[in-house]
Amino acid sequence: MAPAVLAIVLVQIVPIISAIVMSFLKLDQFSIADWMNAPSVGWAHYKVAIGSNNAISQALLYSFFVTVAYTVVVVAVSWALGMMAAVFLAEEIRGRRFLGSLYLLSFALPAFAAVMLWAFMFQPHGAVNAVFGSDLKLIPTDTFWLAGPKAFWAMCVNSIWRTWPFAFMMLLPAVQGIPAEQFEAARVDGASRWREFAWITMPSTRSVSLLIALLIAFWTFNDFTTPFLMFSTAAPTSADVLSLVIYRTSFVSLNFGLGSAMSMLMVAFLIGGSLLYVRALRLDFDEVTA
Amino acid sequence: MKTSLSYRIIRAVVLTGLAAFSLFPLYTLVTASLQPSDQVALGFRWIPSSISFQAYVDMWDTIHLLRYLINSTFVSLVATVIAMVFGLFAAYAISRHKFWGRRTVLYAVLITQTFPGVLFLLPLFVLYVSLQRALGITLVGGYTGLILTYLSFSLPFCIWLLTGYVSSVSRDPEEAAMTDGCGQISAFFRITLRMAAPGVLAVGVLTFIGCWSEVMFASVLTNEQTRTLPIGFELFKNGHGVVQWNQLMAAALTISVPVVVAFLWLQRFFVQGISAGSVK
Repeated sequence: MAPAVLAIVLVQIVPIISAIVMSFLKLDQFSIADWMNAPSVGWAHYKVAIGSNNAISQALLYSFFVTVAYTVVVVAVSWALGMMAAVFLAEEIRGRRFLGSLYLLSFALPAFAAVMLWAFMFQPHGAVNAVFGSDLKLIPTDTFWLAGPKAFWAMCVNSIWRTWPFAFMMLLPAVQGIPAEQFEAARVDGASRWREFAWITMPSTRSVSLLIALLIAFWTFNDFTTPFLMFSTAAPTSADVLSLVIYRTSFVSLNFGLGSAMSMLMVAFLIGGSLLYVRALRLDFDEVTA
Repeated sequence: MKTSLSYRIIRAVVLTGLAAFSLFPLYTLVTASLQPSDQVALGFRWIPSSISFQAYVDMWDTIHLLRYLINSTFVSLVATVIAMVFGLFAAYAISRHKFWGRRTVLYAVLITQTFPGVLFLLPLFVLYVSLQRALGITLVGGYTGLILTYLSFSLPFCIWLLTGYVSSVSRDPEEAAMTDGCGQISAFFRITLRMAAPGVLAVGVLTFIGCWSEVMFASVLTNEQTRTLPIGFELFKNGHGVVQWNQLMAAALTISVPVVVAFLWLQRFFVQGISAGSVK
């Protein structure tokens, strides 16, 4: 155990403690090489980050809402798509194994390859405008996806495409595990499909659903790969998520202290949010494993 | 079992829609990679007017693809091996010894997994820069720095999943071996680990894929010599004026195939592992 604990301390505890210390220091390209002697700024970075009357804090607050919206959309849609696929493929229909594997392809693709693929499809002459614009006439053929407010939705679609198979993959065994007698009893009572879903499937898969919602929420809230590879560091404000703002503050503006303070605020929100989630829904991890 | 017609129609529409959503981007990926770049620039076509494998040849020269491939493989492999070795010892200790703080260690490992990568990147970068100056070794831009950094997420991931697998394996054969005079650790590694081998292999492959796909750390901690695939791929876009989309798609497809095959092969262990990983 000792070597593993030592390794964990080295790669996790030391960086976290250093990040806390750095959030109180004036760290820029000059002081970074000798950070132990960098001057302290007290709570100044935190005051800048959550103050009310400066451009940085306003941008950070906006970015916070973008990140939350991104997380909510991706979690909700991924879960809904995964649940639909799981319910339908839990039945004895032809080609279910084939479809099950096919659905997993987009999750199995390395994330950076998938993001670049969608960035290509969202180009002005790309596949999205060709199909939904020229072929189906649902949108203008010259829709510009990678700038302005639409960039948010382009990022969401990209992320959902990669994430929903995870929800499906986790939900399928849970739905298949519901004893058939329960559905038969409901059918004898004349329950509709919709009621079967609401009364049997939903309660039986509750703990798995809550677990995958939590996992997808963490991935999406912390997602850096998608916005970075779609927009580089200069994302349109509609897609400027927290990870990207912190990265830019640190490695473009070279204000490492402020970046650390911002990442502390992000973690504080993550911890607070997930504790609230676990409490409010009485999520018990032992229950999930049962 | 009776199924109404309307239900069957809805089912068919949903399943087909999801299949189209899954496949259409992959179709774009394949067709774009098989067209000459001037045709790709003209826009999307359902059926390409000509087919060419030139992108699969050119992609090796446009960027140093082979070098990035070797870099990615080397860094991911070393990080995975180190994480697996430490992870197995930790899994052994956590599952076989009831020591104080055992649950705390597991929960701590789980909680830090949920932190954003940038939280680790910032201090590690600053620490590396300082260490470089103090000790005269290369960390920023070198393989060592990147491998150390990858341990910050791969090690907890391994500990969490491996502990789950090991706990789910019956202890009886291991105890039988111990009564036959086999040492405690040797019984664990010879008997239990062999029984848990498929799951252990799956954890290894998933850790490797995690490192292989990592973008944020690599974007800061690599240079022209040590650049990994995701960062190297960006050069298809901004290295040559015109974006070489066909080559980018060809390269993306080439490096994805082994990952996708490995993943589909191992996915059932993945589902088990996430559920089994919780503390018992």
